[in-house]
Amino acid sequence: MATFGTLSERITHVFSKLKNKGRLTDLEIKQAMREIRVALLEADVNITVVKDFINSVSEKATGEDILKSLTPGQQVIKIVNEELISLLGGTQAKLAVSSKLPTVIMMCGLQGSGKTTMCGKLGLYLKKQGKRPLAVACDIYRPAAINQLEVVAKKADIGFFEMGQTDAVKIAKNGVQYALKNNYDTVILDTAGRLHVNEELMKELVMITKAVDVTEKLLVVDSMTGQDAVNVAKVFDETLDISGVIMTKLDGDTRGGATLSIRAVTGKPVKFCGIGEKLSDLEPFYPDRMASRILGMGDVLTLIEKAQQSVDMDKAAELAKKLKEATFDLNDFLTQLESMKNMGNLSDVVGMIPGASKMNLGSGQIDEKEIYKNKAIIQSMTPAERTNPKLLNYARRKRVASGSGTNVQDVNKLMKQFEQTKEMMKRFGKRGAKFPF
Amino acid sequence: MGFISKIIEGLKKTKQSIGFKLKQLFKQGIFGEDFYDDVEAILLSADIGAETTFEIIDNLRDRMTQDRVADPDTAEKYLKEIMVEILGEEKLSFDSPCVIMVVGVNGVGKTTTIGKLANIYVKQGKSVIIAAADTFRAAAADQLEVWAKRANVRLVRHGEGSDPAAVVFDALASAKSKKTDVVLVDTAGRLHNKVNLMEELKKINRVIDREYPEADRKNLIVLDATTGQNALTQVKVFDEAVNLDGIILTKLDGTAKGGVALALSEQVPVFYVGVGERIDDLIEFDANSFVEGIL
Repeated sequence: MATFGTLSERITHVFSKLKNKGRLTDLEIKQAMREIRVALLEADVNITVVKDFINSVSEKATGEDILKSLTPGQQVIKIVNEELISLLGGTQAKLAVSSKLPTVIMMCGLQGSGKTTMCGKLGLYLKKQGKRPLAVACDIYRPAAINQLEVVAKKADIGFFEMGQTDAVKIAKNGVQYALKNNYDTVILDTAGRLHVNEELMKELVMITKAVDVTEKLLVVDSMTGQDAVNVAKVFDETLDISGVIMTKLDGDTRGGATLSIRAVTGKPVKFCGIGEKLSDLEPFYPDRMASRILGMGDVLTLIEKAQQSVDMDKAAELAKKLKEATFDLNDFLTQLESMKNMGNLSDVVGMIPGASKMNLGSGQIDEKEIYKNKAIIQSMTPAERTNPKLLNYARRKRVASGSGTNVQDVNKLMKQFEQTKEMMKRFGKRGAKFPF
Repeated sequence: MGFISKIIEGLKKTKQSIGFKLKQLFKQGIFGEDFYDDVEAILLSADIGAETTFEIIDNLRDRMTQDRVADPDTAEKYLKEIMVEILGEEKLSFDSPCVIMVVGVNGVGKTTTIGKLANIYVKQGKSVIIAAADTFRAAAADQLEVWAKRANVRLVRHGEGSDPAAVVFDALASAKSKKTDVVLVDTAGRLHNKVNLMEELKKINRVIDREYPEADRKNLIVLDATTGQNALTQVKVFDEAVNLDGIILTKLDGTAKGGVALALSEQVPVFYVGVGERIDDLIEFDANSFVEGIL
């Protein structure tokens, strides 16, 4: 994920200076802490959170045992890592389910944080888990908000309920009734965006929670929010006692400091994050994985899960067999390219690879267009050429190039890539390691 | 409501938090390292950003030592001066006909801002047409239609998912034939790191250049005041794509300090600020009131 790219780059840089030191002076630690402080501040982590974090790390890092240990640098890194995970909230927090039907999820937040879209995403997510969600349009203020929710609900193929621009509390109440009558087990209330300082509108939310039995009160926060994120979250939490937070737009290149701060200040867990414009772009939030991403240690777990989700297991088994028999051909290469595409944004995937930020493989380095191009090239080959790439002489390559709207150099490049992949796969095959994609 | 009182009202919440802390600090009248650390913390918490904050602090320290300032009022005055200098001041001026394209990431308030801009220009006696080139977000054009009605201006819209450049093309044709003064182009919100969406924006930009070369051109970016340091990247990337002329800072009516404006104004000037939800809640940016509001 590009999100924590720059923050992780900076922290990795600080760490690389510490890593191999056999001895650390107080001054060196202080300097490292100062650099981490600026890195966190520039990532929009709240200033009081930064202060606490740095104090707590410094205190632990300057203890006798650390300085006397054989690898003080590593010890400091370990402390930063641990503190960061505890800041982000340890384990993953799941969505609560009400014992009494229906489960009611209320979404709230500032204007433009992405609530309405998130209703659709969450609806789709729940639907995939076998639930029957109903989206209820309680945003009676923003022009066309109801239409937007209707469109989003239709796309997610979930229920939709509206009563026009009447009273939000009444709509919520009737929405729940409607859900009970029509067999929906989960109600998602889309409320209007509001400023936390608008007391009247905040009261409306309280009234909704009094009128219906709300299971989850989720605050939707734009991950690009700056220092103010903490104030917003605090007020929403004090007024509503929120049960969790959803961070949106984590696919921007924000360094996501708000994610760190909100959890630290409210003590409420981040439950999900929105990572793209498609309705399926929603991920449960894993604090430990996010911490390792920030620290530039990669997120192998998510990477493997993504790979498993997007690779057809039968195809993978077939591929393994082919590897053993050394008959890996261009058809297989095409399958591979497709599953890579299914894994989502390539730069996101690269961000999850340990050390990738250090290798300077940041966003933009890998071009998804390249994959499309390569696919087009392979698809312009005859079946015989695909199974026996050796057939591809210059004349054939020229034909393939004009068929795919590329040039011969592109075809040559692809063939080289194919050979390299084949070579790499062979090595993996020999080692007997399982290759996820 | 007067202009100054409006911006001050908008920044009131800000005032209560930072301003109060600063006042306390200045009252103490001790300008040691602790003082600068505290000012630094206050500026940082206003989203001014590490780099600009350090710059302001260094500058303040220099001037105070140089002039041997010891009284709180002068210290406060210096701080304000430094901030106003950084902000600078420039008004948006253009010749009719003009095409104003409004860009920005998702959810910053582009559509609402377009409605408010239309209102401002109508009040100035200009004729306005809006191009609903946000064909991506569900119901964006419906939302714009409401605003167009409120401001009483024409709107050109196509169906959802249609080509935004085509919408712009039609709006320009209509503007040319009716000799409209201002064409406001609403674009879909896009995260600045989405390459293909940025390409689409460049295409719209090219279409305007090609189809209406005689018109004046302004590209404005809308930034949410609650945004932190990411606003810097947003401005940089959008500027690279379509050459920005200015910034509109929205949602200043919350507790957000909008301090990132200080870090930004060195590259692109801030023209307007949004301070509320009503149609006339968009006002021209004024550095003095802005700083006055913060401190």
